[in-house]
Amino acid sequence: MNRPRHFNLLARVLHWSMAVAILAMLFVGAGMVVSLQYRAQLLDLHRPLGIAILLLAIVRLVNRLSRPVPALPADLPAIQKFAAHASHWLLYGLMLAMPVIGWAMLSAGGYPIPMFGGVHLPAILPHSPETYGFLRPLHGALAYLLFLTILAHLGAALYHAWVRRDEVFGQMAKGDSP
Amino acid sequence: MLLLLPIALILAVLAALFAWVGGWFGNDNLTPQKMMDFAETSGKQAAGFRRAHSKGVCFAGTFAPTPEAASLSKARAFSQPSIAVIGRFSASSNNPYAPDGASPVRGMAVQLKTDDGQEWRIAMNSFPFFAAATPQAFQAMNEAGKPDPATGKPDPAKMKAVLAAHPEIAAFQAWAKSAPRSDSLGSTRFNGVNAFRLTDAGGTDRMVRWSMRPRAPFVAMTPDQLKAAGPDFLIEDLNRRLAAGPLVWDMVVQIAAPGDPITDPSQAWPDTRQEATIGTLTLAHAEPQANGPCRDINFDPLILPDGIAGSDDPVLHARSAAYSVSFNRREREISAGKTAQPIGQNGSAR
Repeated sequence: MNRPRHFNLLARVLHWSMAVAILAMLFVGAGMVVSLQYRAQLLDLHRPLGIAILLLAIVRLVNRLSRPVPALPADLPAIQKFAAHASHWLLYGLMLAMPVIGWAMLSAGGYPIPMFGGVHLPAILPHSPETYGFLRPLHGALAYLLFLTILAHLGAALYHAWVRRDEVFGQMAKGDSP
Repeated sequence: MLLLLPIALILAVLAALFAWVGGWFGNDNLTPQKMMDFAETSGKQAAGFRRAHSKGVCFAGTFAPTPEAASLSKARAFSQPSIAVIGRFSASSNNPYAPDGASPVRGMAVQLKTDDGQEWRIAMNSFPFFAAATPQAFQAMNEAGKPDPATGKPDPAKMKAVLAAHPEIAAFQAWAKSAPRSDSLGSTRFNGVNAFRLTDAGGTDRMVRWSMRPRAPFVAMTPDQLKAAGPDFLIEDLNRRLAAGPLVWDMVVQIAAPGDPITDPSQAWPDTRQEATIGTLTLAHAEPQANGPCRDINFDPLILPDGIAGSDDPVLHARSAAYSVSFNRREREISAGKTAQPIGQNGSAR
């Protein structure tokens, strides 16, 4: 199989822009729930940004599944290879699930789901305290799991770049030179 | 391998920053969680109920804007001829079984869903101005008013200190002590003491405060009548009146003049301010909250349609934040089957 040396341009653009968006989203989410003064403003940012991340994550998943990706180093221990694959699919799962759970949770809570300028999303679940009472804590717990997974991902990326000094970091940081 | 150290440092700094933003440490500010924690420890909190204004009754009816309303805001609620509403009357304590005569504060909340898919939630109270200028002062007042376990009474020295720091609270205490109370929810005026910004179709903004003014005449109860009244006399009266016919309120906005305190809900605006009647609220029937449609609605006063926006009033924003925490906690209790009240028929509470 002919595997590229780098992720394609779309994958790299999506990776780095979504890294910024998802980290911003996590900090906005963590901050807004404990804020007495800025909850409403942060929530107004949180909802459309979450939907934007959902749409980008779908594009990214399609790109990931339809294009060949660079290989991990042949000498990487099996346990690290497994951790790399597992953590990437966990990241994909969470970046798709978190916005959907947020949307479903607001639906079940009987909340309107405004985006901007009076545009609303429809409810995707019926109004139900049982469902809301389950989804709301799940959204918070998975946010912490996503943050920890991102920390692990960042730590592993820096380990490849600084300690192993292999090609893994460059696969996402650089394109093919002409 | 030495390079593992900076990697660990970077991860630790990020994790610490996230935990700090999330209030896990180093946050001495008042948070909605701290306010609700305190509310739960005072009074008689019951699982599955609101952390304040726990006792309530649901109602349904219609809102019809006046012809002149549309000139004040482009929100559809100001132009759609008739809008079905769901709402809730409440008593202020967190005891869902408190006698109706116990609290001077009565609440009215309304949800309006318009045909453009937008929503407006309104939360009002019978007081003419809020107890304190800030959520911090409000919390300090509540803490000072909590009975000392040793004596069973609040410590007067604590309240004195709070009043010295937040003198506006004295006006509220005077109102709570002596303002005449009507014999019916139907003749009670409800005030949304926070300021909101209305934006008309031309883009002009006006800062307003709204109130619901009853058409039913005010009849004051004496303190002795209040004491003698049954624990649910307000709800019984409401059912009696609604059986005879609908109850009507005029919704009036007071328009701020330059210099009026926009962000301080403890200061009423002068009665001489320009007013506009923007609609009529007509209640058709009431039902118990245990199965009623109002139970699982968070009447967050910052759920607003395009054309209405919140002011920077810190109490308004704190209400939104605190109601959210209260809602999350009680829905979680209901979800876990821990509620002290029955869940709706056929297992699908609304």
